[in-house]
Amino acid sequence: MGSALGFKALRGHRAAPWLGLGFIVVALAILPFVLTSVGTAWVRITNLAILFALLSLGLNIVVGFAGLLDLGYIAFYAVGAYSYALLASPHFGLHLPFWVILPIGAAVACVFGIMLGAPTLKLRGDYLAIVTLGFGEIVRIFLNNLSQPINITNGPQGVTLIDPFRLGSLDFNRTDTVAGLVFSGPVKYYYFLLAVLLLAIGINLRLQNSRIGRAWVAIREDEVAAQSMGINTRNIKLLAFAMGASFGGIAGGIFAATQGFISPESFVFVESIMVLSMVVLGGMGNVWGVVLGAVLLSFVPEILRYTVEPVQKALFGRMLIEPEVIRMLLFGLALVLMMLYRPAGLWPSQRRKREFSDSDHL
Amino acid sequence: MQMARLLEIRNIEKRFGGVSALADVSLGIERGEIYGLIGPNGAGKTTLFNVLTGLYVPDRGEFEFNGANLVGLKPNRVAECGIARTFQNIRLFGNMTAMENVMVGRHVRTQAGALGAILRTRHARQEEEAIRRRSRELLDYVGIGQYDDIVARNLPYGDQRRLEIARALATEPRLLALDEPAAGMNATETVQLRSLLERIRSDGVTVLLIEHDVKLVMGLCDRVAVLDYGKKIAEGEPALVRADPEVIRAYLGGALP
Repeated sequence: MGSALGFKALRGHRAAPWLGLGFIVVALAILPFVLTSVGTAWVRITNLAILFALLSLGLNIVVGFAGLLDLGYIAFYAVGAYSYALLASPHFGLHLPFWVILPIGAAVACVFGIMLGAPTLKLRGDYLAIVTLGFGEIVRIFLNNLSQPINITNGPQGVTLIDPFRLGSLDFNRTDTVAGLVFSGPVKYYYFLLAVLLLAIGINLRLQNSRIGRAWVAIREDEVAAQSMGINTRNIKLLAFAMGASFGGIAGGIFAATQGFISPESFVFVESIMVLSMVVLGGMGNVWGVVLGAVLLSFVPEILRYTVEPVQKALFGRMLIEPEVIRMLLFGLALVLMMLYRPAGLWPSQRRKREFSDSDHL
Repeated sequence: MQMARLLEIRNIEKRFGGVSALADVSLGIERGEIYGLIGPNGAGKTTLFNVLTGLYVPDRGEFEFNGANLVGLKPNRVAECGIARTFQNIRLFGNMTAMENVMVGRHVRTQAGALGAILRTRHARQEEEAIRRRSRELLDYVGIGQYDDIVARNLPYGDQRRLEIARALATEPRLLALDEPAAGMNATETVQLRSLLERIRSDGVTVLLIEHDVKLVMGLCDRVAVLDYGKKIAEGEPALVRADPEVIRAYLGGALP
């Protein structure tokens, strides 16, 4: 009661937003320690969720802003991951520092983004989706088979013993204790990922309300009109592909470092669909919605994994349905329900909301 | 030697399969005039517009705009060179607000790139501010300043037409090409449109107008060209063109007795 009154008094107060922000900052800062007390696995899960949020933000530029449906987005994640793996593992005997490789990975992914974008400039909708789907598969199949005649990717075995992040004496794989606080590897990656995520959110937000962001939306709305208004649709579309891809490249690099091992199996088509689902479920075009979508779709399956078995055992005395089956069942159900009741996403952008509102179309 | 015309169209030909949409069309537009393009449905008026704005590449012929040959340029380059257009079947960015629509029109005259936007450089911020200011001015100019925050597709029809004009003006054109701007407008709106076009002309923008409303064309235009089956059958002052037997035949299907 007292706290409710306290909140009421705060509402509308000038300091209220800052207090809210402070609360979020503190919560994000202590989160890994809270999670560690539950189980280190949860810190890893959180890290993976942040990685997916990064991917979703990248895909949001391509799909949400520019309206280019990309079904092979995971290819850029793969390109970033392999760039990191090949430059920081015993496979080639190269051990470059992470702050050199991550930009390289982003740049390589960016080039791949342009490679996908350039031939598909004239394609729209379904046709673009099919080509991007094929592109994602081509990249994966290449990774699978580039072990002969020269062994570049080590084929289906993947690349092992990938270096963790190292910065001077700071090793992301070691556990350090600072002032009584235990910083395990995943906790360190958590802070790094959080910083990258905040940066990515900032970039997305600023792009959204800029000359370039408006040009992307204009192309999505009506490409012919956009071009007639002087927008160089070719360059602006390529820019969307390139920027989206470099987000994927960075996320891939961090993924490789946190896992220590990658293989083509991590970059299958279903992953592309997963990232796209995060964007669509959260709310295409809205940065916060996209992050929400990524966090939800990353955590819910994990929570199910830990609860489905005990719940079924308690109810029926044995396990009837595998967690994986339930996960896909609920995922499908969630998508169907969402398309029926919230077609614009859980947290849509204003523009999307308008698009799906039932006022008259022309 | 006389001052070169703003736009010189020479022997433009455009075929779609066996259909000749434009056959050997030549015409010239002087600086500062309002030039009307009329003709029955299917005469090739919109095709000429599309050729002019780079959406179609002509099969033959050339057009010179402000001293430069524009044939084969992409629509965005044509806009850059100073030709802006509206569309017969309004093509606004439906889910963007009126303001945002006009702001998109400023794209071609501004430079801020992705990096400038991300770093929010001083230059990018100033430019964004200028874009916003100019767009607001243009909304007021065409008389829909009060609707800045309304989503384009929810605007009344006549206002959508005016918004399209504002968006086109945002590209700072030398030539404003309007494809049936009065279509679907009521009498009051047409009167307003007429005074708007006169104001645009007096502010130094040349206007090329496709229009079915013969009264509007005759009252507004300095010169008129008539297309029929892809051919130019008459050109000149409205009063003369109206009396041209060829034009009467095209519109009424035969010479008057």
